Formats: sequence, structure tokens, C-alpha cells
Amino acid sequence: MSLSVREAFNRMRSFFRKHPLDQELDEEFASHLEIAVEENIARGLPAEEARRHALARFGGVQQAREKHRESRGLPLLDVLMQDLSFTFRTLRRDRGFTIVAVLILALGIGSNIAVFSVVNTILLRPLPFRDSQQLVRIVEKNPEAGESSKTYTADATQDFQQQNHSFQSVSGYFAFTGPDNFKLIGHDQPVPVTGILAAEGFFQTLAVEPSLGRLFKAEEFAHHAPPVVLLAYPFWKRQFDGDRNIVGRAIDLNNTSVTVIGVLPETFDFGSVFSAGAKVDLFTPYIMDDFRDDGNDLALVGRVKQGVTLAQAQREADQLFPQLYFEHHHPEYGKGYTGRLTELKEYVSGKLRRSLIVLWCAVGLILLIVCVNLSNLLLARAAARSKEFAMRTALGARRWRLVRQSLTESFVLAAAGAVVGLGLSYLVISYLAHQGSIALPLLSMVRVDGRALGWTVLIAVSAAVLFGLLPGLRMSDGNLQEVLKESGHGTSSGRNRDRIRSTLVVAEIALACVLLVGAGLLLRSFLRVLDVDLGFEASGAAAISIDYGDDRNPSKRAAIWQEFVSRSSMIPGVEAVGISDNLPMSRNRSWGIAAKGQQKVDARDFIPVYVYIVSPGYLTAMGMRLMEGRDIRWEDLYNNRSVVIINETVARKLWPGQNAIGRTAVAGGQDAEVIGVIADVRESSAEENAGAQMYLPSTKQFGPTGANLVVRSKLPSSALAAPVMRTLRQINPVQPATEFKQIQALVDHTTSPRRFFVLLVGTFAGLGILLASLGIYGVISYSVTRQTQEIGIRMALGATERRVQLGVIWKTLQLALIGIMVGIFASVVVARLIASLLFRTAPTDPFAFAGMVILLGAVALLAGYLPARRASKIHPLVALRTQ
Amino acid sequence: MGDSKLDLLQGTLDVMVLQILEVMGPLHGYAIARRIEQVSSNEVLLNQGTIYASLVRLQQRGWIAGRWGTSDNNRKAKFYSMTRAGQKQLVKETAYWQRLSSVMGRVLFMQSRGDEE
Repeated sequence: MSLSVREAFNRMRSFFRKHPLDQELDEEFASHLEIAVEENIARGLPAEEARRHALARFGGVQQAREKHRESRGLPLLDVLMQDLSFTFRTLRRDRGFTIVAVLILALGIGSNIAVFSVVNTILLRPLPFRDSQQLVRIVEKNPEAGESSKTYTADATQDFQQQNHSFQSVSGYFAFTGPDNFKLIGHDQPVPVTGILAAEGFFQTLAVEPSLGRLFKAEEFAHHAPPVVLLAYPFWKRQFDGDRNIVGRAIDLNNTSVTVIGVLPETFDFGSVFSAGAKVDLFTPYIMDDFRDDGNDLALVGRVKQGVTLAQAQREADQLFPQLYFEHHHPEYGKGYTGRLTELKEYVSGKLRRSLIVLWCAVGLILLIVCVNLSNLLLARAAARSKEFAMRTALGARRWRLVRQSLTESFVLAAAGAVVGLGLSYLVISYLAHQGSIALPLLSMVRVDGRALGWTVLIAVSAAVLFGLLPGLRMSDGNLQEVLKESGHGTSSGRNRDRIRSTLVVAEIALACVLLVGAGLLLRSFLRVLDVDLGFEASGAAAISIDYGDDRNPSKRAAIWQEFVSRSSMIPGVEAVGISDNLPMSRNRSWGIAAKGQQKVDARDFIPVYVYIVSPGYLTAMGMRLMEGRDIRWEDLYNNRSVVIINETVARKLWPGQNAIGRTAVAGGQDAEVIGVIADVRESSAEENAGAQMYLPSTKQFGPTGANLVVRSKLPSSALAAPVMRTLRQINPVQPATEFKQIQALVDHTTSPRRFFVLLVGTFAGLGILLASLGIYGVISYSVTRQTQEIGIRMALGATERRVQLGVIWKTLQLALIGIMVGIFASVVVARLIASLLFRTAPTDPFAFAGMVILLGAVALLAGYLPARRASKIHPLVALRTQ
Repeated sequence: MGDSKLDLLQGTLDVMVLQILEVMGPLHGYAIARRIEQVSSNEVLLNQGTIYASLVRLQQRGWIAGRWGTSDNNRKAKFYSMTRAGQKQLVKETAYWQRLSSVMGRVLFMQSRGDEE
């Protein structure tokens, strides 16, 4: 054992054996003195003198003891323990102060942890896949036609898989899956489930290993292979109670017996990565031969080879994609794709970076306000304790020791705040992680992890230093004599300290200003988004996915559809009913449309257009506005008539300045007569342009992809759900219990990220204004207390209550005005930084700024009024007597 | 400045204690303090109590060992004695102090001659 290690070990041991060691030392001292006294007596001194002499030679007993402790133990730790126990004692005495301080800190630190965890999961942490930086998403370079231009045909995918040299593997999934596209048939009512068709190698590309069983084998992607299914973890838990024997068993999906071959791991959440907020229950093989004629439907994901950069892979893709044919069987359809490679992580969360950073800054501001507030509280306490500190200085305490003492206090407060805050954030985060309705990617994976804990420690320590240092320095910086001389309630004393506190309050108000303006601007944007004319009436409409067997016979389908529509229309309270395969703001697909003129239609004449296969009455049920022409009729369906309803965007593009009704368009490869024009419907979200749209009758030439029955009624959808389901089951007894979804929910889903941010920033702004008002109240109330005597004298000399009140309020307003002024300057700068997050709202939006000024002014008035009232109620006699 | 002076004093006291224990054999605290006073002809102003800080330090470094025993006058006292490590340390310290004092002597002698000229 080396010397220093031995000494350190012994010192540590001594630190924990303080009591026995002190006792032994005392015994040693006693024996020392006894021996000394004895010797002195032996030398002939009288007993009294002998004792005095021995004590004098020994020196200070307490000092010797201290020295002993210092050289045997851990003196720094000793001091720390002393500081800590002193801090606990004073904090326990000031219980009110402690509770307020810890609560404020907990709010500040807690909100920071929560937001950090969200930012960490969505932005900072890599995706939950092995070597996730190698994963890329491949989409067309100019995806202007929704999902269809972000996908590739089976043939193109296969060609790219074979020709590329940059990727370890490329795979994908079928991108046009609607929710509840399967029904699981068991003993009870069929259960609607959502299944994704995964192409060969999809899970291998992502490096996802099954938690039970195995992944798909190559032969299971062959035409007519025995059907198999992989279960998602939550579905396995929910539907099969986590039964480990499920692997190898057959389940009934859509009346087909399908063998369960495995269960995917809990960590794999398809929805949170590829389709924010969607729940996916199971996966089946995407068999390429079944989809060769179906156009673009595969969303591609690739894993680049080790050492291949994204730029290299992109260069290769730029050469390969333009050479890919759409379909091998139909070379006349042509060739020529584009492919942009984006790192999967960037693709998933890149768009959110700015919003999240703004959110992060907003909580940072909250923490700053919290620190300023705490600083202020501590200064007020310091003022009350200034005598104590002056006394300790007079008794020989060093300045550093006093600063350390007060820093210890702030560290203890910050630590307590962090612990409570951690609890708060844990609650918030577990709430957020279960919000499927918020369309933010990866949200379900938000956890308080090690990094978040590290962040907690970091912000708690910086907060402690930030709010503890200033009061600490002030406290120890007392001019001894002056402080000790100062009597209880001075009049002009402590001006300097007041000035510091006022400055802090001004800073607090300014910071709150910035938060309020930010929140105001985001709120205005959000309201503007809600105000957008969607082109349909979301409220009052609800949709349910319907199930039927039509044997792929169009006229049979038309009859079934008509039965669904007419029977549902008879339910009391129902105003309109219609069917469409796709609903706005959910999934979409696109074809091409062109105007048929004298010349032969060329491939370049086509514009991409969202396509909906609908029944008569759908437009009415959705509340879409037919501007010209007529709706689709049942005869159109039965007679396989090629008719089309287009939206205004299409009409404008194909027949600019002319009437489109009666013209012939080439739509979906067929000539079709334009029978109606509707107002543009926002397809993807309220914030994006409508795009081109067309509505076709379900006929031989135009087949739907699924069917949603849309019901419009004044009744709440909860009251309607049961009768609608009864009607559906009358027609088809095995109709699964699919959800009767309000159309408004679809719209809300697309606005949910904005709502999420507005809500959070708004909460922070509210917190900021609360803290700022606390700060104002604290300072004003304190200054009133200090000036009790002065006010008393002034009132004795004839000042009216009103005058005293006005004086205090004026002082408050002065503070508020300076703060607001500074805040406006800062807000203008900040507003410009978040301009790209605003929707139809200028960064200088007068409403946001005016609202902020009014709100802060009112709060400041209130915070000043309470102390002002108290001041005006001061009785001169009482005030003068409280010396 | 004050700190470094304290260090030197501490170090000095430790060497004195080691040397006295080496020469005199096991002693209790009071005897060690008295011996220092006698040897230095009371030139070292020593609060006897401070010797215990030095004793505990030397003990923790393993250079001396302490054991409770009985004095000549039948009093209970803690007796300190050298350990092997302490003896080695003392050899080192002695060499160090001899070198230091000879260097100091040379330096100071040179300076005083310079003053005369």
C-alpha cells in the first residue's frame, strides 16, 4: 500500500469514527495534563499553580482538538457536513420559503427535463436500430403527388436492389395500408387489426430481431406461398395475453388461416418511426408478384454498406433511378424515376428540429426566470439575515466561508427541486408517451434515460450557481459597521440592495415578455390554421371502415354500396351518407389526369392527381362544395359510366379560363367526362395546398382500395355508433367492430404537432408570467414593509390613502414598463428567429405584442395593488411605534 | 506565505518527534513534548497540545504506532513507538535536513560576507 493511499484510507476511516477518536483524544489530553501537574508538584509548585502552569503549557485545548481532527480526517468534508447541517436547520426554520423555493425550482427543472427527454428522443438520440446512421429512406426528388410519389413499383424496387452497389440491402413496405385493414376472426365478433405488408428483407435491413420465433423466409415471399404473419409486441400482449405458444399456431385473418411465425421485440414500434401515431398490430409478407400491376406502392428503406457515404450512394442512385422501368410487362409505360436518399433519422424528425429547438429555448427561458426569481427570494432573505452574517464576519468568519455557506444552501435547494422536478417530468413524460393522438414521431419512445439524468444534474448545478452566487456575494459583502448600526426598519437604508432586486425583476419581466410573445405568435398561427377553409365540413361527419364480400364484381359492389348507403340513411338523425375508399387527411394515392384535346395525349400532359373512388352522396356527407355540375349517380356505377368530378385546381390547370363541365379528361388511363367541379379540399393538412384531386365512381374500370362509410348527422357520434354498427351487421354479420371515427379527429391529428407546441410554449409562458408576478409582488411588498415608518410619517403629515396607494402602484408600473420595454426589443429579435414556424402570422403581429403588454401590465398592476393596499392601511401611530 | 511557513513547521515537528522516539524508545505525548522543549533549550515555542496533531499524522502514515500503557508513576498513558517504516522515513528525513541546512548555511554565510564588503 503506497503512502498516500494508506493515508487517504486512514483519513477516510477516521472521518467515520469521529466520536471514538475524539473520546480517545480527550483521554490522552487528560492523562497529559495529569502527568504534567504531577511533575510540576514534584518540582515544588503548589497544587493550584501546578495546574495553571500545565494548562498554560498545553495551550488551547479546543485548538489542539481541531488541529488533531484536521490532520487525521477529511477537513473539507467536515466543513461541508457542517454547512449542510446548518443549511438543513435554517431551511427547516423557514419552512414557507423552502417550500416555495423548491416548488418553483421543481417546475423549472421538471419542465426542462421533460422537454429535454422529448428533444433527446426525437432529435439527439439515434433511431432504435443497430448502426442506425446507415439507414436511409429513398423517395422521389420532387414528391408532389403525396404518398404515390414517395413510393416505387415492385419491378423498379427489384431492379434497384439488383443493380446497386452502395447498399447492404434495400427493402420496403406497402405504403397504402389504411387502419383496420384486416379482421381477426375468433370466437367473438371479428376484431379489426392493422397489418403492414413488409417486403423481403425489411426487418433484416432495419436489423430487427424477433423476440419470439423467426422472421419471414425467402420462400414465404413467393406467389401462393402458405400465408404467415409476424405479430407486433403490444398486439401480442393485448390480443394473445403474451402467450409464448402462439408461435406456430394458425389464426384467422380475413377468413384465411395464417400461421404466426414470430413476435417482434417490444423496442420495435413501426408507427412511431414510419407513420407517427399509428398503431400497427401485425406484419405479413409483401409478395411482389401480387403487386406487379399496381403502380407505385413500396416505401423504400436501405442500409448503406460500411464505408459508403451518403453522397456516394446518392451519386449511384442518380445514375440508376432514371433507368428503372415502371413495369417490366409494360415497357410502353416508360422509365425514369428519381431517388433522393435521406438519412432515416433526418427523414423522420428533420422537419421538427426547428420547433423542438424553439421549445428547448422556451424551457431554458423558464429556467432563467426561475433562477432570477430564486435569486430575488434569496436576496430578500439575505436582507433579513444581514445582521447574522455581519455578526459572523465580526467573529472571524472568512468571506469565502460565508459565500460557500450560501452556495451550499442553493445547492441543497436545487437538489431538492431537481428531485421533485424529476418526479414531475416522469409523470408528464409517461403521459406524453401514451398520447397516440399526437402525430409526433418517436413520441412513444420518450423516456427519462441516463442522458436526461445527466442533463438534470447539469441544469440543477448551473441553476444553483446562477441563483446562489449573487445573493451569496451580496450577503458577505456587508460593510460591517453600517449593517450592525442599521436599525430594524430603515427608511433610506438598503437602497443598493433594492436596486439589485429591482433589476432582477425587470429581467424577469423581460424574459416573460419574450415567452408571452412567442406563445402569442404560435397561438395566433394555430388559430389561423384552424380557420383555414378545408373544403369540407369536418364537424358532424364520422366515418367507419366497412367490410363486405363483392367477389371483385363491380356491379355486385355497386349493389352492396347502395344498400349500405340507403339503409344507413334511414337511421334517425342521419342527414347524408356516402362511401369513399380514401378520406382526406388520412392515406392517399395518386394517378394522372390530362385534358383530351385534338392531339394525342402525351405522357408530359399528365398532372399527378389524388384519386378517390366514391359513391353518390359522398360529397354531401363530407360537406364538400359542388361548384358546378352534378354529383355521381347510382346509374353511373351500374352502367360503368366513365365520369369524373374534379376540383378547382385541376379545372384551372387543364382548362384555364374555360368551363370544364362536359369536357373529356384522361383519368386513370380511361377517357372520362367531367360532370362536376368541387371546391379544393385540403388533402394532407390545413397548412399545405390542396393539390389536384378527382373523384370517380366505383366501376369496372375504377376499383376502390377499401371503403369508408361517411355519415353526416347532428347527433353526437357516440349516439350514432350503435345504430350504424347494427345496420352494417344486418348487411354483413361479420362486419368487424371497427371504430366509428369522427372526421374532426383526422383533422386534429394533422394539427396535433402544432397544438402540442402551442400548448407547451403557452404553459411555459403562463409559468413565466406567474413567476414574474411573484417577483414583482415580492419586491414591492418587501419595499413597503421596509418603508412602513416612512409611509406612517407621510400619512401623519397629511398624505391621503389614495396618494400612498398611487405611489406604490406607480413604482410597480415603472418596473413593469422598463421590463416590458426591454422585453419588446428582445421579442422582436426572437420573433424573427421563429418566423418559419408561423402560419399566416407576421413576426411583428400586433395582436401578440399588444396582448402581451396588456397581460403583463394587468398582472403587474395586480401584483402591485396588494402591497399598495396594505401600505395605505398603515396607521401612522402604529407605524411609528414599530421601531 | 503563511501557509508555507506552517508546512515547514509541521514538517519540522514531525522529524523531531521521529528522532526523539528513535533515540529514546517508546514515550507518551507529554514526555515527547517535554523532550522537544529540553533539547531545543525552550527555543521552540510549542503549545504542547499541538504535538497530538503531529502524532496522529505520523500514525496514519504508519511511521509510528501508539498503544495504551502505564507510566512510571502508574498513570494510564498512550505510548508511541517507531515502526520499521518510520525508521526508514527518519533516515530519509535526516539526509534531507542535513542537505538543506548545509545549503542554507552556505547561502547565508555568502550573503553575510557580501554585506561586510
